[in-house]
Amino acid sequence: MNTATAEHICPGTHAQEPTETAAAPIHLQRRWPQEGHTRVPLWIYTDPAIFRKELSVFFGGDTWNYVGLECELPEVGSFKRAWIGDKQVVVVRDAGGINVVENRCAHRGGAICWKNKGEVKELTCPYHQWSYNLKGDLIGVPLKRGVHGEGGMPKDFDNKQHGLRKLRVTRFNGSIWASFSDTVPDFETYCGPELMQRMRRMMPGRPLRVLGYSRQIIPCNWKLYFENTRDPYHGTLLHTFFITFGLYRADSRHHTAPVAEGRHMATYAVPGERKEGLDVKQELTRFRGDLQLQDMEMVRFVDEYGDGQMSALQIFPGAFAQQHANILAMRSIVPKSPGEVELDWTYFGYADDDADMQRIRLKQANLLGPSGFVSMDDSELLKQMHNQMVGYPEAESFIEMGGRDVQPQVTMATEVGIRAFYAFYRREMGL
Amino acid sequence: MTTTLPPGLRDEIEQLHDDYAETVDRQDIEAWPAYFTDDCLYLVTSRENHDAGLPHGTIYCEGIGMVRDRAAATRDCTVYEPRYLRHFIGRVKVDAVDGDTVRARTPVMVVECVSDQEPHLLIVGAYHDLLRRTADGLRIKERRVVFDNFRIVNSLVFPV
Repeated sequence: MNTATAEHICPGTHAQEPTETAAAPIHLQRRWPQEGHTRVPLWIYTDPAIFRKELSVFFGGDTWNYVGLECELPEVGSFKRAWIGDKQVVVVRDAGGINVVENRCAHRGGAICWKNKGEVKELTCPYHQWSYNLKGDLIGVPLKRGVHGEGGMPKDFDNKQHGLRKLRVTRFNGSIWASFSDTVPDFETYCGPELMQRMRRMMPGRPLRVLGYSRQIIPCNWKLYFENTRDPYHGTLLHTFFITFGLYRADSRHHTAPVAEGRHMATYAVPGERKEGLDVKQELTRFRGDLQLQDMEMVRFVDEYGDGQMSALQIFPGAFAQQHANILAMRSIVPKSPGEVELDWTYFGYADDDADMQRIRLKQANLLGPSGFVSMDDSELLKQMHNQMVGYPEAESFIEMGGRDVQPQVTMATEVGIRAFYAFYRREMGL
Repeated sequence: MTTTLPPGLRDEIEQLHDDYAETVDRQDIEAWPAYFTDDCLYLVTSRENHDAGLPHGTIYCEGIGMVRDRAAATRDCTVYEPRYLRHFIGRVKVDAVDGDTVRARTPVMVVECVSDQEPHLLIVGAYHDLLRRTADGLRIKERRVVFDNFRIVNSLVFPV
């Protein structure tokens, strides 16, 4: 439909004037800055077309997505809902294992499951009572043969052709992952050896127990949140709590390792350089003499894995597996619009934790989530960042801390995780 | 149905709620811990967690030390957009009176105004309280702020 230019229709008028009949195409310069992955153009955070493509290429594409923990589904028929990008799924246990199906009736496309969690015998859509077994196969269509010989489905209607969409499912040591893709490699290959090793440390197969959930909606593009957790550079600068209480220091031996071509990320460090015989209270005074915690359990780190490390793992696109001191949490990123991302936190411990360990986890959880002494800084900051980006789509951000390459580094003074991600992102998005 | 309450008890609880709300809305974070007993529990949690019996709190303070730590850290260690909170507290339902202690539930709504936007609903839910009579009047031995909203809009910066 490019033949009708303004000149053809209205000879003599200015060529650039829009006409009533021809929609004037808006040509935008959507070209990645020449410098490559050391720059990020700000239009990727606000453009609705980019957002739609990301949902389809990433969340709906060749990826594994975290959907829950096995201990959330204790019985046959236990279910929970989860989001993979903008698609809601039902995660349900049947006698044979765990299934993940779209929460969308094969008939008219409405939600079947209206509760976040519960127990069912089968999945039944409230609208016309189409019912599915726990694998998602259609088992019942009311009035299928009509009434008194009238109406009903065509004779060739085949239940087998009208099941719920089933996702691929993988279970890893108590966690559940799903994919819309038939071509994504198995979970271990997808994550790669380094990430799997770090995951096994946190989830060695010990039974898990959920301590609770936190959910928040952050008014920023999902990638801003995603990048923030790949950016150790801000850790000691924005997060006063870390600095004040010596939980994270610029001189830590901090592994900043993008893996699987920048797709995922492993970060881990021994917090601070704790000298023998120096207790945490003494260390505090070196940071901020006038501020002391009255309850030190909130920051006293029990070294559960014998390596003194804290670890944050990003499994592209939406999952974070975090061990921050004794807080264990899975975070799930759910993009809602170009300018909104939901963040779902699942806090857990090990089923055999004693009362002291559970109390310590609950106390330390004050650092994370919507009221977290550390996380709050991020949710507040990212909102301010997104607000400003909206007005400057053609501007770009600058990410050269730690150089210009994308190889793993052992420092926190680096933005290598963001660079590596954008090298990957550009390839996948064709930008 | 509540049986006959000790005279003046409802007024006393309402006064505690009013003072508490006024202190928090004024962002007088130093004065906030004074409403609690030394062996207190202060928990802000979702209905989702509460109904499932899950112990995690969005804010979890066990003992007055942690309440004071939250006050200090909120004041000195966090970065946040300026905001106003306003509490709207409903009618008290007294569930039990036992010696010096009172169990009560009270609906609460907190509206938040951030620097350059329309107000939004931060919390709608209820206080689940265990109050204790002390020499200084009624104090909070246990306050579970159970919010019905599924999620928090951005951050829950101040205590509610």
